Amino acid sequence: MRTKAPKVRLKAALRVWQRNATVYKRTWKLNILPNFFEPFLYLLGMGLGLGAYITEMEGLPYINFIAPGLLISSIMWGATLETTYNVFVKMNFDRIYDGILSTPVNPKDLALGELLWGATRGTIYGGAFLSILFVFGMGLHWGILFIFPLIFIIGFMFATIGLLFTSVIKEIELFNYFFTLFLTPLFLFSGIFFPMSQLPQAVQIIAWFTPLYHGVELSRGIFNQIWNVDLLQHFAWIIVVTILNTSIVLRAIHKRLYS
Amino acid sequence: MHKPAPIIKARNLTKKYATLKAVDDVNFQIEPGTCYGFLGPNGAGKTTVMRMIYCVTPLTSGVLEVNGENVMENMSAVKRGIGVVTQDDSLDYDLNVINNLLVYARYYDLTRDQAVRRANELIEFFQLSEKRNENVRTLSGGMKRRLQIARALINKPSILILDEPSTGLDPQARHHVWAKCHELIEQGVTLLLTTHYMDEAEQLCDKIAVMDRGKIISEASPWDLIKSEVSPYVVEIRGEKQAREKILAAVADQIDFHESLSDRLLLYTPDATPLHAQIQDMKIPVKTLLSRRSSLEDVFLKLTGRELID
Repeated sequence: MRTKAPKVRLKAALRVWQRNATVYKRTWKLNILPNFFEPFLYLLGMGLGLGAYITEMEGLPYINFIAPGLLISSIMWGATLETTYNVFVKMNFDRIYDGILSTPVNPKDLALGELLWGATRGTIYGGAFLSILFVFGMGLHWGILFIFPLIFIIGFMFATIGLLFTSVIKEIELFNYFFTLFLTPLFLFSGIFFPMSQLPQAVQIIAWFTPLYHGVELSRGIFNQIWNVDLLQHFAWIIVVTILNTSIVLRAIHKRLYS
Repeated sequence: MHKPAPIIKARNLTKKYATLKAVDDVNFQIEPGTCYGFLGPNGAGKTTVMRMIYCVTPLTSGVLEVNGENVMENMSAVKRGIGVVTQDDSLDYDLNVINNLLVYARYYDLTRDQAVRRANELIEFFQLSEKRNENVRTLSGGMKRRLQIARALINKPSILILDEPSTGLDPQARHHVWAKCHELIEQGVTLLLTTHYMDEAEQLCDKIAVMDRGKIISEASPWDLIKSEVSPYVVEIRGEKQAREKILAAVADQIDFHESLSDRLLLYTPDATPLHAQIQDMKIPVKTLLSRRSSLEDVFLKLTGRELID
């Protein structure tokens, strides 16, 4: 018997978001500290260490070249960790979703709540990173205001990507493949450390279809105030993929949890 | 007398998985304010019926109405009126006792004030006050179950579903849970439970559906089930196989039926006293000879335990 799945409701989704926030509130002080050290170490190691040899990249001081991309990658790690391991444990080991789904909250509401929370965690990672960049004197101009909504949107996009993977796997070990064979290559080949133009044409084409690349380009443009029409194209890519992926992942979670 | 409209109505309820018919064309109606039990061995389909009622498993076919709402059409409205205690504990281990209740109240859109008031009442009612701020991990099995029932009641549901409420609990904890269930029935809550414990079903249920292999094979009050499926009394004899056979041969025409198990002989009879006396007079040496009222266990074994019957 096939009936239409009930429509997703933002209010119910926010209940799930609130639940996660309540749990996080207990441990956030412990949790958040590494988020500040990480960018600090990256900038120190890459910027000062490697930057001593590579002084300029595409007309920018090397540290200014890599920092905007690293910011976006930190959002990626934060959001996907949340919607992969954490969601998997809540769904399969801690049975927390069994409890939630016997209330008026339906699977799609639950999924949207987790996406919003994943985006929030991504934003916390990104926010911490950004604040360190400010301390280093980067991005101190009005154009930087664009980065704030972008951090959340990119967090949301990566949350949908992580959750989609989580919705199809049955064993937690499979996340190793997701992180090693998908996210790590993204991290290395999305133009964070060197310009994409250095790579063969084929790799550049592949990169266009991957999410991190567009975020890195956008962020670098905003930070270094290189305003051009390419930025709009990257932004459109992110919006379209996020919307498509959200609708796919809500269905996938509904299918997984209502059977 | 006027009968109240059923609070749960199932017609031709069926759930098929790829290779398995978990629930096979089942019909039942549950009256408000009663306790209805699904009794059956593991894998009989009890839990699947429950899951369909609280909208986490879709029907393959049939119609299921809860509080007048179709479970396939209005999931949230159905779930708003039901409290659920799942078989495996689904408490939120990332939260302490009081927050388990308060966070759960939010899923039902209770205001903060309502939630706090209700949570305090429930903590009191289930005697968890001392554990109020403790992590859920530190609770005993009985306390966890009580907290789960408390949590299920946060929105004052008209129906409470208990999937094997006392499995894994020690006797004191079981009786405590049962006592709370009785109080809830008195308050007008409709109780729906699954169990494979006969004493639990006998203690709590007004009506029982015996399930086996996805079907309801019998449905009645506990006492009516005993009367209709077995006889009111049993004379139970343990001893040498030869002795048991001799006794059976002598009384065969005076009993309703018998069951010959590997270690004992059960004689079902409308009245145990004369039969008991007669067997005693036969002076055949047996290990034990006792008469007792038939129990649901006898019904259960007769209906579902085919391999045990002669």
